[in-house]
Amino acid sequence: MTKSEMRYMTMNELAIKAYDLRQDVLDIIVSGGGGHIGGDMSSVEIMLTLYNRMNVSPEKADDPNRDRFVLSKGHCVETLYAVLADKGFLDIEEVKAQFSKFGSEYIGHPHNTLPGIEMNSGSLGHGLSVCVGMALAGRMDGKNYRVYTLIGDGELAEGSVWEGLMAASHYKLDNLCAVIDRNHLQISGNTEDVMGHHDLHARFASFDWHVIDVADGNDIDQLNVAFDEAEKTKGCPTVIIAETVKGKGSALMENKASWHHHLPNQEEYELISKELKERKEALEHE
Amino acid sequence: MNKIANRAVMCEVLKEAASKDQDVVVLCSDSRGSASLTSFAETYPEQFVEVGIAEQNLVSIAAGLASCGKKAFAVSPASFISTRSYEQCKVDCAYSNTNVKLIGISGGVSYGALGMTHHSAQDIAAMSAIPGMRVYLPSDRHQTRKLFEALLRDQQTAYVRLGRNPVEDTYEEGNVPFEMDKATVLSEGTDVLLVACGEMVRPMKDAAGILNGKGISTAAMDMYCIKPLDREGLLKAAAGKKLVVTVEEHAPFGGLGSMVAQVISANDPKRVINLALPDTPVITGTSSQVFHHYGLDAEGIAETVTKALKE
Repeated sequence: MTKSEMRYMTMNELAIKAYDLRQDVLDIIVSGGGGHIGGDMSSVEIMLTLYNRMNVSPEKADDPNRDRFVLSKGHCVETLYAVLADKGFLDIEEVKAQFSKFGSEYIGHPHNTLPGIEMNSGSLGHGLSVCVGMALAGRMDGKNYRVYTLIGDGELAEGSVWEGLMAASHYKLDNLCAVIDRNHLQISGNTEDVMGHHDLHARFASFDWHVIDVADGNDIDQLNVAFDEAEKTKGCPTVIIAETVKGKGSALMENKASWHHHLPNQEEYELISKELKERKEALEHE
Repeated sequence: MNKIANRAVMCEVLKEAASKDQDVVVLCSDSRGSASLTSFAETYPEQFVEVGIAEQNLVSIAAGLASCGKKAFAVSPASFISTRSYEQCKVDCAYSNTNVKLIGISGGVSYGALGMTHHSAQDIAAMSAIPGMRVYLPSDRHQTRKLFEALLRDQQTAYVRLGRNPVEDTYEEGNVPFEMDKATVLSEGTDVLLVACGEMVRPMKDAAGILNGKGISTAAMDMYCIKPLDREGLLKAAAGKKLVVTVEEHAPFGGLGSMVAQVISANDPKRVINLALPDTPVITGTSSQVFHHYGLDAEGIAETVTKALKE
């Protein structure tokens, strides 16, 4: 087996796993009676790919040399829970049973009392600046860890994001990589109607960031290529604009703003589960 | 008049700490001059982070640094760091439990004629309302040193307000009683208890002197620790008094007076008068002119007490 074939197998296994995690996300949301299903589904491959690259493990959760990830779009915590459970940080059955229940630790936004979660988020526009601090600390201490954040495209309307963009390039933080979950939708509709980003690539480039466009941000291979390029980029931070599909996984949800935080009823749950299974099986036969 | 502002003492203490501990990091938002931190930035450039005029960024970056083990001191005018960055203070510092010390410089009405945009008369109320946030207003340069030395030893977030100008000493060099989170009793008395924080402590101390000279036995307490408020010390000092008067350079709501009244009314009900800035933009003037105008100087405080006791 050639190296590229091994790589391909790994990619395909992850692509298959992404559909298992989508089912976990669906179960978590239905169990808890709510969640941000649209953005969860668009960002599964991004978080799954990252956590399969990052130097993090539950055994070394406090290792000062670990890579850092901050979910700036904190409302997509259900996917983070599913990915953290897959990496062994959390027990997925416990998450499903406890999510949003009275007194539960598993709340609707990331909380750093849970293993594997670095910072609390949920209020948008904080994650990038926090990551600037983490990346600066790594440089000060001569450590080689990398810092990642995932930002929603609707979130880019927060002015604080652009403060963080300025600081990251000013300090030439090439150990920092931001990913934009560019699903083109937010709760009120199309991002370009709500508050247009126009040429996002040019905007980031004008802030002196290295910009990588990923045509299919739900494709693990394309994401890995982008993360490889980000790691090799020196002298400036990198932003990956990942073109994703909101609600990815079922035609019922895909590209529909109304599914931003829609709670599926029993019939919808079954339809989505069925389609997730079909798509997973199709990948298994590739 | 002492010529050393509390902010200059902060710089001295942080430089001493930085020389021994490379995890001590100072961040400014184009405020190194206002904060008297230029010499820190020049002496320890590797431990200094300039973020430009971006206070939200200042606080979040400080939190990121702190999450990686740094002892981060984010220093910016009190009016901006406390309310413009309020959410970052709440989420990234207190809620995320990061060791960020938020230092509000030129606090209260220090900026004088620059007006309400630059006055911080809401910071005590705002910061105290955040779970996990501690709030300190040291009174003079000696207490400022003690406070910063204590803050360097702990791992929790806190907000500290410092004034812009040198103030008269409350304490004598070499004789600075200080216990973390315990109010300092400046003088004992039996009739009236005065409680103040920050730059109001020295005029309160002088007012106690005036009142004692008139035969009104007045105790004075420096409540530099607004949160956690020293409830035990307060109730002990208030026991048996006819009147409690609080003095603060802050809006009349949600500050020292509100918190003292809350404790007194629940445990040892008696009359509490809250001397504070008004619920309006503050009159144009220097700090001393403003304090005099609103009865927050020694004579004004003493007059309020004298009148109240006659009512």
